[in-house]
Order: sequence, then structure tokens, then C-alpha cells
Amino acid sequence: MIDASPFMLAQASFGWDYILTQLFNGLVRGGFYALLALGLSIIFGMLRIVNFAHGTMYMLGAFVAYYGAQLIHLPFFAALIVAPVAVGAFGLLVETTLLRRLYDVDPLYNLLLTFALVLVIEDLMRLLAGPLGSPYETPAVLSGATNLGFTLYPTYQLFVIVVCIAVCAIVYLIIERTALGARIRAATEKPELTRAFGINTRRLISGVFAFGVALAAFAGVLNAPSTNVSPTMGDAIIINTFAIVVIGGMGSILGSIVTGFALGIIATIGAVYYPPISNTLIFIVMVLVILFRPAGLFGTAERTT
Amino acid sequence: MSLSLIQGRRGLLVGGMLFAAGLVLPYVVYPVFAINLVCFALAAVSFDLLLGFTGLLSFGQAMFWGGAGYVATILIKGGTGSFVVAVLGAVAYALVLALAVGFVAVRRSGIYFAMITLAIAEIQYFLAFQLADLTGGENGIQIVSRGTLFGLSLEDDKVYYYLVLVVAVLSVAFAVRVVSSPFGAVLAAMRENEVRARSVGYRTESFRLAAFVMSGALAGLAGSLFAIGNRLAGLDGVDWHTSGAIVMMTILGGIGTIFGPIVGAALFESLDYFVSKTPIGDKTNIVMGTVFAIVILVARRGIVGEILHRFFAPRKRLVEDEDQPDRLIVDPEPSV
Repeated sequence: MIDASPFMLAQASFGWDYILTQLFNGLVRGGFYALLALGLSIIFGMLRIVNFAHGTMYMLGAFVAYYGAQLIHLPFFAALIVAPVAVGAFGLLVETTLLRRLYDVDPLYNLLLTFALVLVIEDLMRLLAGPLGSPYETPAVLSGATNLGFTLYPTYQLFVIVVCIAVCAIVYLIIERTALGARIRAATEKPELTRAFGINTRRLISGVFAFGVALAAFAGVLNAPSTNVSPTMGDAIIINTFAIVVIGGMGSILGSIVTGFALGIIATIGAVYYPPISNTLIFIVMVLVILFRPAGLFGTAERTT
Repeated sequence: MSLSLIQGRRGLLVGGMLFAAGLVLPYVVYPVFAINLVCFALAAVSFDLLLGFTGLLSFGQAMFWGGAGYVATILIKGGTGSFVVAVLGAVAYALVLALAVGFVAVRRSGIYFAMITLAIAEIQYFLAFQLADLTGGENGIQIVSRGTLFGLSLEDDKVYYYLVLVVAVLSVAFAVRVVSSPFGAVLAAMRENEVRARSVGYRTESFRLAAFVMSGALAGLAGSLFAIGNRLAGLDGVDWHTSGAIVMMTILGGIGTIFGPIVGAALFESLDYFVSKTPIGDKTNIVMGTVFAIVILVARRGIVGEILHRFFAPRKRLVEDEDQPDRLIVDPEPSV
């Protein structure tokens, strides 16, 4: 998803300032992984389903921003709010009308249902927007470069790093430190007991799904200025995110965040030393983790069949 | 799942009907379309062998299908031009690949297995993309000839079709034999209760690996026949959408029914073809995805599975409860 332009520089210099720059690139890439893995993880924790359409929600978020700008001159910062709300509402619709019907059967069926959603939504977007991507303008305030002392770094990318870290931290604190988070954790671990306390777990489930996909849409808007907004932009990133949650251990909130950032950095730095491995390094790491620690780095035991 | 369809007299009858349909197929539809249909049907059966009988959902069948396609076309292009060598080489590749991938993937099951196979398949996709000298990159590998079978030319589409049909029939018979064997019984036991299967001494991971390898080799066989048939191997073959299509065909037809996925593949390919002729053109997934979602929501047994269930399901019998011999319950394991 992040373009391959650093490859050109790879042979030029391997000084510490260059590596440090790459580390920042890795944080950008990792920030997106973390946001997506985090959403996927909280959805899995609560609903016990793997949302195949997570990348599609990310793509829809970017398109809301794109069409918002085209049709009503929606500014970027407004899109950061509007797109997650819109996609979250769509997620709510999906959960209440479709996913809910399959909670009593093998979780594989919900994986397959969300896979069907990917196919339908992606081709609908290809019909609507055409298969080729469209550029989305970087907001003026964030264009240009900032002097970090060791290099001039794109201001927008710095913004992405800061926002991703902040959002991950906020979500983590909500889930670990607030009353709402306590309810979510309770409903995740003992749904029936939680219901017995008079907590409406059904509403909680819908809310968590909507929030999870809203996070994906947020990531989509955030990546819109640095990528081509296209119907297939969710394809590559969803499989990477799957690999990351397998590496981190699904359902672990902190695990998803840490693994997301770590794999972003590892994949970026790895590509500096051996460019052809850029697209596959995450999958190779996943294979190694399964061989030596099947439950994932932060996982405890097999949490599903 | 349900062996009732494929065993005994009914198995012979349904199998015979499918075979008869296969015999006339190239006179009903374009022969190349018929070739593709039989290849996909075989791929769907290979997938059913795994999902239907071990419960493992592989989202990476394209890895074997497309990978074997590359190997087959490379062997024909660069080698002797022998069809047999190309197919055997391709199947050997798929088999070794399945052994390596399975060694990793069978450590997990359920949704993890699906995600892991999907992710590992991407490694081969990117390799195929990057090793353009070998695979032709975006253009793929084109071959001018399908090679020869012991001197017999295979360039005629109908000749090639009947060759594919024979190979497919033998492969499906093999699959039926596997799932009806004691080996198949162990797979069924594992699927129903893995802990119990392990406690009676079965090394469940080895059985799962064996099933995965068989499934991968059959998918590779199907993919090599497909690539040679179209005289083309490309990135489409190793793309995850192809894995998804194989999953959809199988579930559309009916998980665990072996013959169901054949019907599913035929329906899928036909519907896909008709939709592609409508104004929505190549965005056929709008329809395919919708149909698949409906099947998942209301007819999870698939078309053939639902027919079996509605019309051929055993009458409910009352039997003595094993735990409380004085109580009668509905027989939990009806025999058909």
C-alpha cells in the first residue's frame, strides 16, 4: 500500500539518518496496520467473527472522503469524522440485518458472508467509480515537509504517525480503563453472565462492530492522500492485516497495536535491505511465528475452533 | 458429511447421471467452456475433500491451482511438449507445495486456518508477480500447443475435453474412495470430536496434513488441465479471487457431498458467464456475491445438500437414550 519509492534510494546510502527515515516510513505503514488490526481484533473479541470486509470498509472510508471532496467540497478534517460515522452506520446495518443471523452457527459462515460482502461492494464500487484510482489532495495545512534534524520529512506522514498512535492509545484506554470498556471486556469473556447483570449485550455487539469498521474507515481516509483511492485498495491490506492478527494473536488489543507497528517497521526496513521481499516479508514472519509459537506472540491459547 | 449421496446404488446412479451430462456437455456449450467447467468442478471436489471431511476451510486453493498451471505450461514450453510430463510435473509441484504449506497451516484450525492459507498463498502470488522471467509477470505464459499424449494431438478442443473428463472422473472416483475408506472414517471422527479422536490414539495433525496434501494435489491437477486447456497460465490463477471462487462453487453445491460441488461449479460458471453478457460486464461478483450470501444465510447445505435434506432425509426414528435407557429420543445419528 505505501509506495515503493524508497527502493530507489536503497543503494544510495545506508547511513543512520537514512535508516531513521525508513523507521518513520515504517511507523506510517505500521500505523495503518495497527488501526486495521485493532478494529479486526475488537470485532473478533466481541463477535467471534473474522471480518473479511474490513479492508472493504477501509476502502469505503477513503471513497466517502473522495466523493465528499468532489461533490460538496468536504474538507479533509471533516471527512475524518464523517467517513467513520457513515461507514460505521453501514456496519450497523450489516450487523443487524446479516451477521446476526449467523451467530449460532460455525464462525466460518460469518467469514464467508463478509467475504461475499467484499465481492459485492468491490464490484459495485468498480461500477460506480471505475476500476482505476483517483488521487485525493493532501490538506494544505499538512502539505510540505518538516525538518526533523536528520532529514526533511513529509508533514502529512508525520501527522499520520501522530494520529495513528493517538487513536490506538485512546481506544486502548477506553477498553482497558472505562466502565464501557469493562462491559465490553465482560461481554467478550462471559457473554451470558454479562447479560444476567442486565447489560444489553446485543446492543454492545452492534456498537462494537460499528466502531471496529469505523476505525477501518478512519484509516481509509487517513491513507487517501498518500495512495490512489480505488475499489481494490482494501484487497492487499486486508490479507496483510490477517497475517498481523495471526502473528499478534487475535483478540489481544495491545497485541494488535504493537504487532501492527512492529510489522510495519520490519517490512519497511526489510525492504530496504532486500527490496523484492517488500510484499511478502509479513507473510514469512507469520509462517515463522506459527512454527514456533502457534497461538501468536500475544495469544494465550486457541480461542476458537 | 453425508456419504449417502456418493455410496452404493445411489452413488452409482448420481455419478452416472453426472458422467452422462459430462459426455454431452461439449455438444451443448462451447467446448472450451466445457473444459473450464470440468476443471473447476474437479477443483471444487478437491476443496470439498478438505472442507467437507476435515472441516478445514482453505482459502488458498489457488496456490495449487495456479501454481500447477505455471509448472504445466513451463514444462510444455521448455521441455518435451509431452502432456503427461507436464501434468505429472505440475501435480508433483502441487503435492510438495501442499506438504510444505500444510506442515505450517494444520497447526491451527477454523478461521485461523482460513486466514493462514490465504496469507501463505499470497507469497506465491507475489513470487509469480516478481519472477517475471519465469512466469511472464502480468502477461503470463502462453503456449502454442497443448502437447501430445503418447503421440495423440490434443489441439482439438473436443479431444482435449474428453481427456479432461476421463481424468476428472477417475479423480472424483478416487475422492469418493478416500472418503469412504477407513482413512475417511478417521477424518469424520476428527471433525466430530477432535479430542476424542486424539484420545483413541490418532495423530490428528498427520491426518489433517494427509487430507490437505491430497486436496492440494487434486487442485493442482485441475489447475494444470485448465492452464493447458486455455494454453495460458497467469496471475489470475494464483490470485485469491480464484481461491474464493472455488470456495463459493463448493458451498453453492453442498459441502461434504462430493457430487454437490460439481453441480455448484457448473452453476457458478454458467451464471458467471450469463451475468458477464449483461450490461454489468466483468463486475459479475455483484451477482455472484449476492447469490453466495443468500446461500450462506438461508441454504447452508448448498443446493444438492438441501435437496438431499428435504427429499431424502431419513424419517426421524425414536431410539433409546444412551445415557438414560428408559427414555426415548430422536435418533441423533440417523442412517440413510
